[in-house]
Amino acid sequence: MHSEQKGTGLWAWLNHRTGVDDMLRTALYEPIPGGARFAYIFGSGLLFIFLSQIITGVFLALYYVPSADHAHTTVAYITKAVTAGAFLRSLHAYGASAMVVVLFLHLSQTYIYGAYKGRREILWLSGCALFGMVLAMAFTGYLLPWDQRAYFATAVGTNAASEIPWIGESIKRLMRGGTEMGTLTISRFFVAHVFLIPAAIFALVASHILLFRKAGAAGPVKEDPFHPKLKTDLFYPRQVLMDLSLTALLIVGLGLLCFFVPLQVGPPANPADAQYIPRPEWYYLPIFQWLKYWHGATSVVGVLIIPSVVAIAILGLPFLDRSVERRPWKRPAAMGAYAFVVFALVGLGLRSQYLDRHDAGVAQQLAKQEADEDDYAHQLFEPELSSASLAAANVTLADPVAAKGKTIFEAQSCNACHGDGGTGTAAAPALVGLSKKLKAEQVGALFQHPTAKMTAGGMPPIDLPADDTKALIAYLESLK
Amino acid sequence: MADSTAGPGNMAQEPSTGELPPGNRRSFLGALLTVGSLSVGALLSVPLLRFALFPLIRRTTELKSSPVGELSEFSSLTEPVLRTIQIEQVDGWRKAVSEKAVYITKDGQGQLRVLTSVCPHLGCTVPWNKEKRQFVCPCHGGTFTMDGNRVSGPSLRGMDALQTSVEGGQLLVQFQYFRQLVADKEVVG
Repeated sequence: MHSEQKGTGLWAWLNHRTGVDDMLRTALYEPIPGGARFAYIFGSGLLFIFLSQIITGVFLALYYVPSADHAHTTVAYITKAVTAGAFLRSLHAYGASAMVVVLFLHLSQTYIYGAYKGRREILWLSGCALFGMVLAMAFTGYLLPWDQRAYFATAVGTNAASEIPWIGESIKRLMRGGTEMGTLTISRFFVAHVFLIPAAIFALVASHILLFRKAGAAGPVKEDPFHPKLKTDLFYPRQVLMDLSLTALLIVGLGLLCFFVPLQVGPPANPADAQYIPRPEWYYLPIFQWLKYWHGATSVVGVLIIPSVVAIAILGLPFLDRSVERRPWKRPAAMGAYAFVVFALVGLGLRSQYLDRHDAGVAQQLAKQEADEDDYAHQLFEPELSSASLAAANVTLADPVAAKGKTIFEAQSCNACHGDGGTGTAAAPALVGLSKKLKAEQVGALFQHPTAKMTAGGMPPIDLPADDTKALIAYLESLK
Repeated sequence: MADSTAGPGNMAQEPSTGELPPGNRRSFLGALLTVGSLSVGALLSVPLLRFALFPLIRRTTELKSSPVGELSEFSSLTEPVLRTIQIEQVDGWRKAVSEKAVYITKDGQGQLRVLTSVCPHLGCTVPWNKEKRQFVCPCHGGTFTMDGNRVSGPSLRGMDALQTSVEGGQLLVQFQYFRQLVADKEVVG
């Protein structure tokens, strides 16, 4: 590049070096046939929520630990102890719901406006892939708190995969990292949620925007999708302002919700709880209800064939629908299909809610689960007892002989040099793991006849009643 | 990317109702947007900062005071009493519970004093010797008086007294470790 610097001053210099002004111009001076409209605001709304999810997600990772032992404790810590923790976690969780809502609006607008027409096949496909990624983010993120709600919803969700013939069981095992839900499931979901899917979303968002700019904004429904004829207005400032109004609405709405109705954390996952009735997050209710209808021999129809046909129809839409007609009132079949799908989704979701409310047993259990959650949410945060102190405590609980040995260990001041719990000090070596090196009889022999090295280190011979010696050896053998 | 026809000059749609020429209005809007976005961003960064700066706002690691026993139990001490206390050490979202032996004894003025049993020489546990009426360390023979003052041996200072408090008749002690092999009491960990 040998272009001359245009203008003077810091901004001109910066642009000459970086091209930042040109980039900004390219971004802001995007031509929109027919001018700015509120119908076009959803795409940038999604981009804003995605940005917010990245930021809040990275911050949540400051405290979160992805393991079955600690996931729930750390989420409870974030929610109950860390300043602004409940707010940020709510922003992340409610942000996921907002994402699904705005995604639905974005998709609806594109579909109703026929904006997928006119050499926009790949743009549409990248949008479909993003749709799938957003749902996958919601699914994988939901498990991470490892509370009752998360655990059982994901148990059902992964179980649904096993209904797929032939490979279903393998898919389930792959998702779970084994036949059962456990700490490997968290690892897998965490890696997918934090590394793999976000990377895919970055790439897809970039390609989606690139393809959108390549094809150009579709404009209003009367516009020709191939050869736009309407006068164009630029993205900046009117469309920017309109887009920002949605962003502002989202910020205010989510902010108020997170501040006044922060998301709670429920009691920790208890896989042994046979009473628990799992329910997915609201946006998965229609699928949840749908899967209820398919069991046994016909399940392949409902779980595989119909969803595959729907998916192919959606993916193939711009290939199948080749007409240039974009006005909804001239596309009764397309609008009928849209109304049918929306009606079916809403209907299934409402049906699921209705059934829950009208089954006394279920309603009662769901109310109890909610009460348990409320109860847990109002308890103060209790730190998790570290496994090291548990091991020390368990010794005294498990074996009374070893417990007696522990008191002798302390009474004889063995801990003076070998440390509490035989962890070792500057004066004498650790005794933890002794059982791997020496048999009980060998330890007894060393008590009576210490080696020269031991004597030099200040270890005296031990002369105790036989019972006490036995107890002391039992304690030493228990130190692991 | 943007059409070459779509430069800033192509603004036929822009209605010119304002007093200002479009260029000025545009830069005013731009300034408004910048200021607006910056202030919203600043507002949103408040919870983010509070979240990340939590360790500066509150204590995240803490050694809790441990109960030693009722104050009345120690009213007529004639020699040091050994008690095992439970020390709860909070570390963020986890805690470790360990046991440690301390001596409850009296100083020259008859005030209660709690001594750690860790020898200030090399960290061995110091037992009370009833016959000698002294603390005698089994490792290197350091001896200390009933209230912990150094008598003889390799230690450079007396046994370390712990911070105590009384809450509802309960004697509480704040367990701490002190640097070994130095003359002055110095908290570690």
